[in-house]
Amino acid sequence: MGDIAIQVSNLTKLYGKTLAVDRINFEVKKGEIFGFLGPNGAGKTTTQRILTGIIKANSGTVSIMGLNIETESFYAKRQIGVVPEIANVYIDLSAWNNLMLIGSLYGLSKKNRIAKAEELLKLFNLYERKDEKTKTFSKGMKQRLLLAMALMSEPKVLFLDEPTSGLDVQSCRLIREKILEFNRHDMSIFLTTHNITEADQMCNRVAIVNHGKIAVIDTPEKLKKEFQFMQVIEVLFNKEIQNKRELEKMRGISKIQKVNDKFKIYTDDTDCLIREIINFSHREKLKIISLNTLAPNLEEVFLKIVEEHKSG
Amino acid sequence: MFFFGGVKAKIMGKNNLFLTQLRSACSICKKDILIYYLKSPVLIFSFVSPFFLLLAFIFGRNLSFDFLLPVVLGLSIFFTSSSVGPIIIPWETRMRTLEKLVSCPISLEFILLGDILAGFLYGVGVTLVILMVFMGFSILVIDNLFFLILAIILSNLCFSCLGILISIPPTDNPSNIMMLSNLVKFPLVFISGVFMPVNQLPFLIRILAKFSPLTYTVDLLRCSLGKEHIYSGFFSLLVIIVFIIIFFCLAIFFHKKNLSKRF
Repeated sequence: MGDIAIQVSNLTKLYGKTLAVDRINFEVKKGEIFGFLGPNGAGKTTTQRILTGIIKANSGTVSIMGLNIETESFYAKRQIGVVPEIANVYIDLSAWNNLMLIGSLYGLSKKNRIAKAEELLKLFNLYERKDEKTKTFSKGMKQRLLLAMALMSEPKVLFLDEPTSGLDVQSCRLIREKILEFNRHDMSIFLTTHNITEADQMCNRVAIVNHGKIAVIDTPEKLKKEFQFMQVIEVLFNKEIQNKRELEKMRGISKIQKVNDKFKIYTDDTDCLIREIINFSHREKLKIISLNTLAPNLEEVFLKIVEEHKSG
Repeated sequence: MFFFGGVKAKIMGKNNLFLTQLRSACSICKKDILIYYLKSPVLIFSFVSPFFLLLAFIFGRNLSFDFLLPVVLGLSIFFTSSSVGPIIIPWETRMRTLEKLVSCPISLEFILLGDILAGFLYGVGVTLVILMVFMGFSILVIDNLFFLILAIILSNLCFSCLGILISIPPTDNPSNIMMLSNLVKFPLVFISGVFMPVNQLPFLIRILAKFSPLTYTVDLLRCSLGKEHIYSGFFSLLVIIVFIIIFFCLAIFFHKKNLSKRF
């Protein structure tokens, strides 16, 4: 229990007759970046809202740093910072007043609030505009302010729901860099995202959820390894192939796609397929311009798992 | 550098739970006043409407100043302290800022207390300004300062609680709540002995008047200004306190019940 930041047991949430979260169990270790992935309507945001004490579960328990979010709500909430999917800063307050409000809600003394707000506004390049109402802020600025607000109390666990969604490249990079920096100093991060590449790059472990259930939890690397059978070979020939059916007849193919002028061929036997492609090029008098073998990326693993989960 | 050698957040201990939450409620109150109350339309409505009411009654119904001063003060308290309260929660539900507040270490009771305090303080402020204007024109003589102070304080608190109680339907559309608010508030004006003394009202309305807090506010104000009144000052105070407790408890109960429907 000592090294667990978030412990979730048999969590269930019903909306009427719809099961939004179905008896999920997982834990997030201290200092870990945990990705929570899933398609729309999978139950990600509902789960995050339960974990942050915004809504109550029908059954199951959640503890944050060993504190029950329902029965020890006040103390558990003091351990967390939350950055929601939709920017919910007070648009009629200045950035400064937003930070002051949050600081006071977390019980920080006035002196501390002021020092902390100055530090965070400088860290997120917002200090020059601290006195402007946030209704004039861009989406990226609001998102940076939200992150600053979540960090006012120096949380042990930071919940982020789609933190870089719809942001420009600079803001995305700044936010990712900061998240990684905080994590390096032992802050546990619970990252709910659609952005598989982001999860792949940032997370120590990911959980893939679908229909309110956890389909799989593992490190991105292990997941990709488990799905080695989804190897892809990308091949480019010197000219258009006349007889595409011959190409499809090759052994070891599980799926074939034409992407621009290249063929993307999915296989579970790379060696066999490469030989087949070479034989095919001889037969058809084609020249291979390029041939690459690609490991499955997390996005493909994600889609495969969600598909399997749907059919299973 | 942040987190290491930088400013460390000092957080208060367990013993101060109640006081900490009370301080948080005050911060919510300050936020409400800045965002919702100190806006020109709200200020104009609050300060101008009592004078229009006064003029309307003087010229429209030939009522005397004597009769009207407690009425105008009572209506001013009633409409001012309950003016913005009903829309705060639906508006914050829509803007998702309620979600932010609920994720902070403050219970819903104290969030609502902050909203109530804002309506209360704003109502008291506006009432004092109107009172001073009346006194400046020497059209108001105070007979019992004790009752007047308590009438202003308790009635503003009572109607501020009523405002928060009105916002219990779990909608994110403030206009729906404003319609409900008008549906509740305007009938109260007509059954509370505002336009004519309660004892001159039809029998059925006289019974309904007993269940309206505005009846006791206006009567207590009449008592404090030395005008003809029905109930004793202490009785009116007691009834207003009972209404405050009922409105506050109901508001907490229903807001808690409906909270998850807001997200």
